[in-house]
Amino acid sequence: MIALAGVGYRYAGAAGPALLDIDLELRDGEVVGLAGASEAGKTTLCLVVSGLAPRTVGGQIRGQVTLDGEDVDAWPMHRLSQRIGIGFQNPSTQLSGVTDTVFEEVAFGPMNLALPRVEVVARSWAALDLLRIDALAERDPRRLSGGQQQLVAMAGLLAMRPAHLVLDEPTAQLDPAGTRMVGEAIERLAADGASILIAEQKTDLLASICSRLLVLDGGRVALSGPSAEVLADLELSRLGVAEPSEVRLRRAADAAGANVARLAGAFARD
Amino acid sequence: MTAIAAVALGGLPGPIILVAAAVVLPAMAARVLGRLVRTALLLALPIAISAFLVNLFFFPGATQVLFRIGPIVATVEGFGFALEILIRILAISGAVTLFYLTTRPGDLTLDLERRGISPRVAFVTNASVQTVPALVERAGQITAAQRARGLDTEGNIWRRVRGIVPIVGPVILGSIAEVEERTMALEARGFTRPGRRTLLWTPADSVRQSIGRWLMLAALVALIVVRLTGVLG
Repeated sequence: MIALAGVGYRYAGAAGPALLDIDLELRDGEVVGLAGASEAGKTTLCLVVSGLAPRTVGGQIRGQVTLDGEDVDAWPMHRLSQRIGIGFQNPSTQLSGVTDTVFEEVAFGPMNLALPRVEVVARSWAALDLLRIDALAERDPRRLSGGQQQLVAMAGLLAMRPAHLVLDEPTAQLDPAGTRMVGEAIERLAADGASILIAEQKTDLLASICSRLLVLDGGRVALSGPSAEVLADLELSRLGVAEPSEVRLRRAADAAGANVARLAGAFARD
Repeated sequence: MTAIAAVALGGLPGPIILVAAAVVLPAMAARVLGRLVRTALLLALPIAISAFLVNLFFFPGATQVLFRIGPIVATVEGFGFALEILIRILAISGAVTLFYLTTRPGDLTLDLERRGISPRVAFVTNASVQTVPALVERAGQITAAQRARGLDTEGNIWRRVRGIVPIVGPVILGSIAEVEERTMALEARGFTRPGRRTLLWTPADSVRQSIGRWLMLAALVALIVVRLTGVLG
């Protein structure tokens, strides 16, 4: 479990904090969504949960981040990366850029960990199998579609065997087919026991895969709870988050129903 | 080694034989002769032409006149020396191009890593080579996008120069902007872990290849020694 208690974060040189008083528990096997307008703090929270902030990004952090009950403040990034994986929105920047096949790309992380060769190969095949992209193993990762590249990047993270996964807008640059591929992969990973924090603008995707949802506003948690409740909250639009199509449809149907009732009443009086 | 040998060898016949044996024949065997000639000439021509002209017309102490163009005199001695310089430049560019055309960057860095070079140095070496095609592709996309918005990249030279700025800016700034995310993605995959990493495979290296390399190295050393001691004049 990843737990954040009273966490605040300020980027180096920034006038104000990017995150304030964040409390979050990400339980094993749970998919938690993160929504909010641009600049609400979604990416920053992903960086803090993954450990990249402040280790790589710099800046100042307050509060406590624990991983499976352990304080991870002093852990170097290469140690933390074996427990928490993070994926970003641009598929091409997540590829190492130095490998000629998808298999080598997926094996890049385990190779960095200096694992035995047999273990590297086993982990790489397992990650490719789990995301059902083993047929791409011999392909050049630079010549794949955006959706396929994103899956390869995720396979690269999974080969590190992290128990927790943080995904920052993994479908931002993908078409509907690519988004569906990533969504299905996340569901399979969760079913396999991984706990996942996913920041997304696409609320339809969040509605379909998340059990809980946090909506950020100005670096603070503005809404939090079961995803169905949060996504139906009337505050959602004010916070810059689009309602999922199911909620919009229901509201439209309700509004149409009310009008029909009023019309029916008017006809009855005449 | 070919490039160093071409410089160490004196005269004209030696470097010509060297180019034929160490560049042209292997390129034919690897079926890359056409690409090698095009790339090597593109690489070498600017410096080759200027070096050839400077030596042809301004060779110090030359006395035998070959021809005149106004006040400028081409000399026989200058012509001979210019040919020697030209073949050396072609040998160097040919050898470098042959290496580039026949060696996968991944194989090179893997082999370097196997021989003890730091994984980070190997990564930077490989990434530098691999970045070039990616930048060219990005520049092509940006050029197409800017032209679609009315940027004129054709016509006279001034228009073309003005058209470069809106292309180069986004290419460079876009690449810089990606560096942070790429760095974080590498960190998330254990890249900063100190020490050696696992290598999945090593490039094929037969005993014959190894013997060939050592023999060429020995021949190069012998050549340099002979040249320095002046045994061959």
